[in-house]
Amino acid sequence: MRKTIAISSGAMALCLLVTPALAEPDEDQLVINGDLEMITEADAPDHLEYISTIYSGWRFRTDDTQAFQMDDFDNPAMLTVDKAADAYSTVEGDAGESCASCHGDVESFAGLGATMPKVDEETGKLVVMEDLINECRTERMQADAWTWSGQDMQGMVAHIGLQSRGMPVNVAIDGPAEPFWQQGKDMYYTRFGQLELSCANCHEDNYGNMIRADHLSQGQTNGFPVYRLKQAKLISRHNRFRGCIRDTRAETFAEGSDEFRALELYVQSRGNGLSVETPAVRQ
Amino acid sequence: MKKLLTVAATATLVALPISAETVAPTNVAFSDGAVSGSLTGVAGNPAEGRVLMNKGSGNCIACHAVSDLNDLPFHGEIGPNLDGVGDRWSEAELRGIIANAKEMFPETMMPSFYRTTGYVRPGNAFTGKAAQGELEPLLTAQQVEDVVAYLLTLKE
Ligand code: HEC
Ligand code: HEC
Repeated sequence: MRKTIAISSGAMALCLLVTPALAEPDEDQLVINGDLEMITEADAPDHLEYISTIYSGWRFRTDDTQAFQMDDFDNPAMLTVDKAADAYSTVEGDAGESCASCHGDVESFAGLGATMPKVDEETGKLVVMEDLINECRTERMQADAWTWSGQDMQGMVAHIGLQSRGMPVNVAIDGPAEPFWQQGKDMYYTRFGQLELSCANCHEDNYGNMIRADHLSQGQTNGFPVYRLKQAKLISRHNRFRGCIRDTRAETFAEGSDEFRALELYVQSRGNGLSVETPAVRQ
Repeated sequence: MKKLLTVAATATLVALPISAETVAPTNVAFSDGAVSGSLTGVAGNPAEGRVLMNKGSGNCIACHAVSDLNDLPFHGEIGPNLDGVGDRWSEAELRGIIANAKEMFPETMMPSFYRTTGYVRPGNAFTGKAAQGELEPLLTAQQVEDVVAYLLTLKE
């Protein structure tokens, strides 16, 4: 059920003949460590107008790349996650606290990753996982804030997210979240930059197709932070957004900007129903 | 073709530099999505056009497959295969499609290669920073002519 493109020319019949075939994701099943079954395909949430089935980005990757994510011993992100596990119980900052001294075992965070971003009831602001982590660091630990895409930060986002691995993404889009969600949706359909490409042009109208050497996925964020083999590190959602908008020859937005918070909520909500996969592995 | 020759002849007659004949991106006249006259008065070079299909700002095969370019890897699947495009469209139509495909196909994903205004947050190439001053079109007027000349060689 993808949007069909209106063709207003006399060559209509010809154009229809040469419209590219609909390429689909592969049929592979993601089972991690031989026992944790992941939902990589689901009915699209009701709010999606133009697609009926949602797929994890994992389903669009080659077998070689897929394999890295099927066993935690092969997953190169786990080194960074292990470091975050150490940091979790290490006292830092003037308050003499660690994450563990307030939160206990990291397993207490099970479920949180599946419901972020969310609106903070007190401030009315939309907050993402990086905000929660930095708020604890600066206010409760009196330690320095971590930079958005630094490996300390993304390792911790993945470590906390991992506690929800396998659970379906389920972010709220109504009530106080609604205006942020609408802002993100508007961004998703805006054709940015001199190439005038929206997220939807690539990830809604053309997922499954090749754009030069890249096999386009639906641009889902359920695997984030993801480990990118090309960059050999964990990549934040905002870093990915920044790159995708920059590639349209646009002035992009900053990591940690309110615009990207809103876009994160919207894109994450497009994956409501897919398993949390972090730390996923991509090419 | 006739028009192209006329323009070229005029240029020679009054001995103006070729650039004076170049139609600015903001002055291109479309009629049903097509642009009838050459943008420069200088015939396009199909060999140059072939190169632009791959490298430079063209990168047409990011989205289109072309059998004639099978020596190059990774052709895209976003737009139609361009084999035989020289039979399907006239020179004027191809010029219009390259200059601003949105005139021929409203809302199309294909970028406008000879247009400089009306963009949302235009950037300074692929730096992610804001564009400074006036935008350059993705292809120069002569490059558009070169690409059109190349596409006209793609006959079944
Ligand atoms: C010109 C095409 C293009 C546009 C426009 C684009 N992207 Fe992407 N995006 C890609 C490519 C190519 C990849 C890498 C292959 C893939 O996963 O689809 C990618 C990957 C992603 C991923 C990683 C998916 C994963 O599973 O690892 C996300 C998330 C994403 N894009 C979101 C967005 C958002 C949000 C926008 C708009 C702000 C956007 N993209 C605009 C081409 C594009
Ligand atoms: C980002 C994708 C994209 C890029 C880059 C792109 N095109 Fe296209 N092109 C399309 C799409 C999509 C169509 C189909 C028109 C529509 O939307 O209905 C198209 C249509 C065409 C057509 C008409 C084809 C036919 O058979 O009817 C021609 C000719 C063409 N493009 C040439 C080019 C050339 C030459 C370049 C580079 C200078 C180029 N395109 C770059 C996406 C693209």
